Parts: sequence; structure tokens; C-alpha cells
Amino acid sequence: MFARRLSKELKDLAMNPPAGVEVVDANDFKVWKLSLAGAPGTLYEGEKFQLEFNFGPNYPLESPQVLFVGKDVPIHPHIYSNGHICLDVLYNHWSPVQTVASICLSLQSMLSSCTSKERPPDNATYIKTARANPKHTAWAFHDDTV
Amino acid sequence: MEIEASDFEDYDSHDEGSDVDYDDTAEEDIELSDMVNEKARRKAYEVDFNVLSLSEIVLAQVTASNHISGVLGVSLQQAGALLRAYKWNKERLIEGYMDTPQEILDQAGVVLEEAQALILKPPEGFVCSICFDDSEAGAVLGLRCGHTFCQPCYEYYLTQKIMEEGECRRIFCAESGCSVTLDEQAIANVVPQKVMERYRVLQDRAYVADNGSLRWCPAPNCENAVECRHLHSSFSIIVPTVACACGNNFCFGCGLGDHQPAPCGLVKMWQKKCADDSETANWISANTKECGKCQSTIEKNGGCNHMTCRKCKYEFCWVCMGSWLEHGTSWYNCNRFDDPESTDARDQQAKSRASLERYLHYYNRFANHEQSAKLDQDLYLKTEKKMEEMQRTSELSWIEVQFLKKAVDVLTSCRMTLRWTYAFAFYLTKSNMTELFEDNQRDLEVAVEALSELLEKPIEKEKIAELRQQVLDKAVYVDGRREVVLEDTARGLADGRWEFHTSIETKL
Repeated sequence: MFARRLSKELKDLAMNPPAGVEVVDANDFKVWKLSLAGAPGTLYEGEKFQLEFNFGPNYPLESPQVLFVGKDVPIHPHIYSNGHICLDVLYNHWSPVQTVASICLSLQSMLSSCTSKERPPDNATYIKTARANPKHTAWAFHDDTV
Repeated sequence: MEIEASDFEDYDSHDEGSDVDYDDTAEEDIELSDMVNEKARRKAYEVDFNVLSLSEIVLAQVTASNHISGVLGVSLQQAGALLRAYKWNKERLIEGYMDTPQEILDQAGVVLEEAQALILKPPEGFVCSICFDDSEAGAVLGLRCGHTFCQPCYEYYLTQKIMEEGECRRIFCAESGCSVTLDEQAIANVVPQKVMERYRVLQDRAYVADNGSLRWCPAPNCENAVECRHLHSSFSIIVPTVACACGNNFCFGCGLGDHQPAPCGLVKMWQKKCADDSETANWISANTKECGKCQSTIEKNGGCNHMTCRKCKYEFCWVCMGSWLEHGTSWYNCNRFDDPESTDARDQQAKSRASLERYLHYYNRFANHEQSAKLDQDLYLKTEKKMEEMQRTSELSWIEVQFLKKAVDVLTSCRMTLRWTYAFAFYLTKSNMTELFEDNQRDLEVAVEALSELLEKPIEKEKIAELRQQVLDKAVYVDGRREVVLEDTARGLADGRWEFHTSIETKL
């Protein structure tokens, strides 16, 4: 039933994509690859990152699995070097009205408000123990500024 | 009542030394002695508790909601939502509501106006933002916040929340960031019966989980909860063992099996000590030494005292730990034993060895009683078969061969108590008081072993009456000894008579 929703989302993304967002690969309704370009005037200007969306059968009632892939993972205090993103709307603050475009926008704003490029303080220990799916991590959201 | 009163008067009039006040004092005396009896009847190691069945749990929620609904003048369901938001603490809820009603309502997501969930006709140009469907057939649903979604999406959304995420306390409007809550009636209007049943089960679970004076019975397939009104902070001085109606005895404080006389905090420390490898470290320090130069851990498994470290090739003496160079040519013995440096090293080792031995002393007895309790059960099963056979072949009645069951039950519960007395004793600081405890412990242990031995005796048909008498007498005695141990330790805990090596945490 939600294939319909994803096909509509894809059409919308192609028609009016959010700034810096490009669909790279969306041949099925399971995995999408998108690219996200750092906004001009921010620390990430000129950089380009690869995003992967995995949709479960309960999408959009259940959040998709979203992570940065490839060798360029943005250096940001809420993004781990294995591509996992600490962002509340991807996990327990997910709501079915969120879309791929709205997630991209949230990520874009998260990158843009960053003031210093650094990894999360617990990066080393986290990436050693984390599961492949970031939704299996019990996230604690404590910083609303970045 | 009247007859009783006149009886009293008669009694008074016959009593020569009586005056008018006598009647009153006599009544007071009776009341007082009743109270004393009441106290004496409850043993020091027992706590008050109630067992609640599933229907009683449901009823308790309805009663509490009814009460709040009457006091605050809200509907039953709204009262339920408020109580859930306040973790069923009625006093705090009423107090808060009296001060700032609107704030409390907002926090709990309760709206006083009626008809919360509106089933609407889709407005012009409606697109459901969940499925992106724009067909104008079918109804749409929305709360007072004005966020509307088509009915199938709302149903899927709520089903997902209840069935997959197990949410029952607060379910929000599906719009991102909207904090308007759906009440029970609104949910019931949308989801199928099966989901609603699950929702109710989740609510019952949440009721017990949120309520500090309730705990589910941990026995498999048991649906009862136990209510115990003691404060959690008091569980360092009382051991709240409760008995569920299903026959399972467990600790209300931590949910583990009965662990009297040891308090929960101590049990937690003991289990951690037994489970983690702190004892491995102890073994290492008791059985190995470190190379004086590179600090590698070395276990000497034979040979002479002239050690050569495999790693750094340092040569030293195993006895005094000093460098071998100073030993000159006295090859196989060491006469430098009293050297201060080596004395220190040896003292350290002796201390850690003693602490390991002390731990093992208590642990072995702890583990032994657990093991023996299992063996007693096995023995019982074997004996039971034999008894059944006897019952068939002789004229003994069923009731006459049942004494073994009772004896084994007493034995098992005593072994469980004994087992925890060893964990208790491990942490206890030695004093005059502990000697009394150790005496009681020993008496119980001797009695338990005697009963255990009695049960192992071969059963002969002619002697069965005699054996029965012996076993029953012994079981009563053993139970009495257990009571003595529990009474003494519980009173000691309450009076702060025991001193422990470590402080007991009350937080679990």
C-alpha cells in the first residue's frame, strides 16, 4: 500500500528537490541512495555526501533506516564515523508525516548549524560496539543546538 | 451487643472492688492486649502484602479512576489518563490539579471538551500526508489540533503504536511534533477489537509497572500481582518476602526468589561477586607472583626456587622475591627470608590468599545448600514412587503417605534460608552479636542435615508409622529453628545491630 506513497515521494523529489539533494539510485522501494551537498556559506560548502535510506514494510509508520555511506562521512559532532546519525526524528520522534525530503532538510540544517567540525566524543567506543542498523542503538538526545 | 453489655454490668456488680470506671479500663485493656497480640502474630521477618488477581488489578484501576473522576469532576476516561500521567499517585494528582488544573491537563494531554476524535468528510483538495492519497472517498480523522489523516492510515498508525511499539500511556497525533493525545474512546473508535484488547493488556501492565507498591509475580504463567506498601528505601533493613497465591515465594524488593535473611542490596553484591571474575583476580594474586623487573605474572608449577623470567630473563628467588645475584652459590635454598622487602611481598600474598579462602568458605556452603536442595527434591520424587507402590500393596491410606511431601517442603525452604545466611555472614563484621547468629545458623544446619538423613532412610512397611512420627517431629523442629534464625536476623536489621563490611545500597 505504501509503494504508492514512495512513488509519489520520488516524483516530488524529482520535481522540486530540496537544495543540494539529488536522487542517485531509487530503482526499488527498499533502498534509495541520495547525495547531499553542503550548503554554501557553511563549513561543509563544496563537500558532497552519500545517504542511504532503507525502507521497511511498515514505512511510513515506522521510520526508515538512514545513514551516511561511502568514504566521505561528514565530520560533525552528531555523526559517527560509521555513518550513524544521532537525530531524534530518525528514531523515537519519527512521525509518519515525515518524508525523505523532510529528513534531508533536517540533515541539511543539522550540518549548516555546525560551528566546529569534530566527531562525537564517544566515536571510538561507539563504532566498535554499534550494530549495523542504527535503529538498534538506544539514542540519547541531549544537544539541541547543532 | 446488648446482652454482652449487660453481662459486663453483672460482672461488675458482683465484683466487690469495682467502681464505675472499671468497665472502661477493662475495655481498654482488652483493646490493648488485642493490639499486642496482633503485633506478636506478625513475625519480625514477615511483611504485610496482598495478592491481586488480574481482575482485581482491573478493578483497582476503575476504583481509582472513579475516585478521581468524582473529586475532580472529570469523566472516567479523563481521570484514567490523568492518573496514568501521574503514575497512579492520587494524592499528588489532586494536589497538583487544585493548584494548576490547566497545566496538569496539558501535561497529561487531556482535553475536557467532548467529541475529541472527529470523523469528518474530507475537505476540498484533501491529501493524506501519510499515504499521499487524494481520493475523496472515505472518511478522514482529526483531533482538535486540526491535523487530519485518512481513516485507514490512522488505523494503521494506532495499530503500529500499540501492537509493535507497545505504547499505551500516551499516543500522540500522527503529525510531527504535535503533542495532542488520543484518549481511550478515540482509540476505541478507530482500531479493531483485537488491537483494543492488546491496548487494555498494556494498560494493566503499565499500571503495575508504574505503581511502586505493586509487582508482578515472576512465576511462569502466573498472572497475579502482589501489593506491598513498604517503602523501597526501607528494603535495606527489611527483607520483603511475599507469597503469591500461585505458591511462589519471592522478594518484593528485587523480584528474585526468597532470599531471607539477606537484604536485597547484599544479595545483589553477592551475586555479582559470584558471577564476575573478581575471584579470578583473587586466584591470580594468591597463586602467582610478579616478576620483580617486568611485572609479568608467573605461576610456578615446579622446579627450584631459582626463577628466570621468560620475558625479560630477570633471575630472581621465588622464596624471597629478591634478585638471584645476591644468593651467590647457595643454589637451592634461600637464607634471606627476613629481608624487609621480601617480607612485605609475602605478607601481601598471605592476605589475599586468606581473603580468597574466606570467600570460598562461604561460597562452598552457599552452593552446597542449593545443590542439596535439588538432591532432596530428587530423593523425594524417588521416595514418592515407592510410597505410591506401598499404598497400592498395603492398607495405608493416601493421607498417611503424604508426610514426606511436607517434610521435603520444609527442608527445601530451610536450605534456601541457610544458603542466604552464608552470603549474609560473608559481609558481616564479627562481633558478639554475630556469635549468636552463628550459633543459630549452626543449630539450623545441624537440624536440617538430621532431617535430610532421616529422609534418606530406607522405608520399611512395618516401621512406617514410626518413621512418620520421627519425620514430622523433626520437620516441626527444623521449621522452628528456621524461624529463630529469621527472627533474630530481621530484628537485628531493623535495630541496626548488624555491621557489614560494605554499605548496602537500597537502590536497585
